[in-house]
Amino acid sequence: MTTLSRVGHTLQRTAWQAVPTVLGVVVLNFFLLQLVPGDAADVIAAESGSATAETMAQLRTHFGLDLPLLDRLLAYLNNLAHFHLGTSPRHNQPVLDLIGGRLGSTLLLMVTALGMALAVGVLLGTIMATWVGQWQDRVLSVLALLLYSTPGFWLGLMAIVLFSVKLGWLPTGGNLTIGAGLTGWALVKDAARHLVLPALAMAGFFVAIFSRLTRAAMLEVSHQDFVRTATAKGLSPAAITLRHVLRNALIPVTTVAGMHFGTLLGGAIVVESVFSWPGLGRLALESVLARDYSVLLGILLLSSLLVIVANMLVDLLHAWLDPRIQVR
Amino acid sequence: MSRPPQRTALPWKSIAVLLGLAGLTSLSAMAQARHGGTLNWAVNPVPSSLVPLTTTAGGNTEIGPKVVEGLLTYDWNLAPKPQLATAWAVSKDGLQYTFTLRKGVKWHDGKDFTSADVAYSIQTLKQVHPRGRGSFANVTEVKTPDAHTAVVVLSKPSPFLLTALSAAESPIVPKNLYDGTDVNTNKYNSAPVGTGPFVFKEWVQGSHVLLERNPNYWDKPKPYLDKIVVRFITDGVARAAGLESGSIDLGSGSSGIPLSDVERFKKLPGIEIDTRISPYVGNHQQVYFNLDTPALKNIEVRRAISQAIDANAYNNTVWYGFGKLSATPIGAHSRYHDASVQRIAFNPKAAEAALDAAGFKKDASGTRLKLRVLYNPFVERRSADFIRQSLGRIGIDAAVETYDFATYVKKAYTDREWDITAESLTNIFDPSVGVQRIFWSKNFKIGLPFSNAPHYSNPEVDRLLEAAAVEVDEPKRRQLFFDFQKAVAADIPSIEFGANPNITVVAKKVRDYAPTGEHIRGTFADLYFATP
Repeated sequence: MTTLSRVGHTLQRTAWQAVPTVLGVVVLNFFLLQLVPGDAADVIAAESGSATAETMAQLRTHFGLDLPLLDRLLAYLNNLAHFHLGTSPRHNQPVLDLIGGRLGSTLLLMVTALGMALAVGVLLGTIMATWVGQWQDRVLSVLALLLYSTPGFWLGLMAIVLFSVKLGWLPTGGNLTIGAGLTGWALVKDAARHLVLPALAMAGFFVAIFSRLTRAAMLEVSHQDFVRTATAKGLSPAAITLRHVLRNALIPVTTVAGMHFGTLLGGAIVVESVFSWPGLGRLALESVLARDYSVLLGILLLSSLLVIVANMLVDLLHAWLDPRIQVR
Repeated sequence: MSRPPQRTALPWKSIAVLLGLAGLTSLSAMAQARHGGTLNWAVNPVPSSLVPLTTTAGGNTEIGPKVVEGLLTYDWNLAPKPQLATAWAVSKDGLQYTFTLRKGVKWHDGKDFTSADVAYSIQTLKQVHPRGRGSFANVTEVKTPDAHTAVVVLSKPSPFLLTALSAAESPIVPKNLYDGTDVNTNKYNSAPVGTGPFVFKEWVQGSHVLLERNPNYWDKPKPYLDKIVVRFITDGVARAAGLESGSIDLGSGSSGIPLSDVERFKKLPGIEIDTRISPYVGNHQQVYFNLDTPALKNIEVRRAISQAIDANAYNNTVWYGFGKLSATPIGAHSRYHDASVQRIAFNPKAAEAALDAAGFKKDASGTRLKLRVLYNPFVERRSADFIRQSLGRIGIDAAVETYDFATYVKKAYTDREWDITAESLTNIFDPSVGVQRIFWSKNFKIGLPFSNAPHYSNPEVDRLLEAAAVEVDEPKRRQLFFDFQKAVAADIPSIEFGANPNITVVAKKVRDYAPTGEHIRGTFADLYFATP
């Protein structure tokens, strides 16, 4: 199968699966959100500290909350069909603008965290598998266990206390130094400095998962016949480990990475709150607390799309890693 | 013969000139030290707009006044001082307020500030502001005889009107940017244009707001700062880390540090702790009884519950000693506070005896009564825990229910599924605005947040409150509020704690950030950085 036709097949299959999935996500969440007590007008009125019955009725009309449930769902789906995500009545801005402004920062954080987690996790897993049973393996296993069980927000807060407050090496939060007017290379360095701690906090948990998975997968592959053949042929241990064993071990690792993309997005809420990172996670949390359903549904829609795209990319990656895997 | 050595006279003239020059340079050095700098200010929670016009939620009452000013400002006794109005006069019957407006003031877009803007703003506040409806309820019209005079005409007196004109409460907005538009969705709510010392530059959602110095501010040479960066940091520990490391210069109240960190912060070099509470906000926390609950209809039960809660221990434990107790609904900072009203003394033994007498005897497990305790999420969880433990000691099983803000508001004010609630209803700037809403029987409305939570109804209290709302004679008004406090104390619809702490953490280099009674809700025009 040529690369192009493989890619084409994958895209086609993904598109067929994407539409009902996204639709299901939107409708299910719409009904789930109706079960939550309190609505946007309650929140605005309560936040103002005082309100009257008239202002609340006005607010409900403004938010469209006085319409029946199915009408609201149909109106939302109608908007979706026209690729319009609606307007946030709380912020008085189109939802697409709100999300678009924050999507970049969240993606940057997630991709960096995932990349870090994969790189460090695979490296640690390889070390553990190569020196299996010896002290390197034992020490790294304990480290993996610690990273797995430590909550991400605690890791983040401790990192802030150590690196920002005590040592002063890195900033305490935000994604850029505001008001400094940096451009070019200085801007990139500034953004990178702000990215280090949040990405580390997010990656911690996944480093543990990927390292253990890599270790297990590599141990399994190393018992295969072709590895014995390669050793008999006289290949160096490094060549065997990296070119043969690791490459096959990466298949389960990348599958899990794709599956965890969604978890990463969920974990972003916690890390973004701790580091005041202006991303979608915080926007989602604020929208739930403020019962701003249009924004929340927009974010959920986008997240489901992202997860689908991530899994599609993993499929393509597999086909490249192991040509035996056919795209059906 | 040699000449006697001439005694060299001190060159007094040169010394004088040198001293004069030194004096001048040091003076100009001082003046130079005052101008410049960027303030990094943490604000929480994130507001939905930047002008407190249609909503007063989140940080917009803190951020708004830097850009959009009001007619008056107030000192620590809430005596009015000029801001956009330079002089004011109230007629004897209290039905006409004449304001002389400041000349030469320009909006940030260059247009002139005139009385038309004042008239428009007051009428709009009356329609859309959460409290404006009440504060300006009696305003029939605002006359503008000339560009610098505004006359507010009332149908009935509103003695608190003069105190309602702060930038944080009644901002004056530009008429030509708002007139003819839907005020609720006007884009200038998120990108304000005002007369204030700082001009709005940008709001990156979720990240920060950038304000820049207004070079055409009417109060030259102020402001001293070049820029203000408002950072939205929702996590308390992250804010504490920012303040400690110096990346944040200022954070106040719920935008500051947790109370448990205050002692540690006091020891840090380069940081100051300010415990002042703004009389304009009138912080106040209390516990309400749901008078519809059968068990709580009995005043002896309510008295017993009051006797079980030690207010001094509450202040020391929950508020770390930084609060200011008040036995009445009107806080100790207010000139209407009646200090003669005594709190019900802490007496758990008497409480248990009273509950026995009321028919609530201990059952096999030691429980007399089960009550549901709700608490406003802005009140700390520890508050509810303290109540639960205090009531546990006299045999009441007080189950604490935790909800997020929207759910709490619905459960407390719409569904009314609670027996006791720990609330945070501030006095605001006047008891007719902040306290009447709770104890006035006509303000019991299902679905209306922060209305008459206990469902309290006392015709005498109604009469006193309604009379105080329109009484222009200050001593008479004071007496009405004193009588009100005595009447409410006798009925026990609530347990009043008093002013909860407002801790402001400020870097030592920041000076003069809160010279007025509005505290952090002032304009920051006087704020400057002292060079170390």
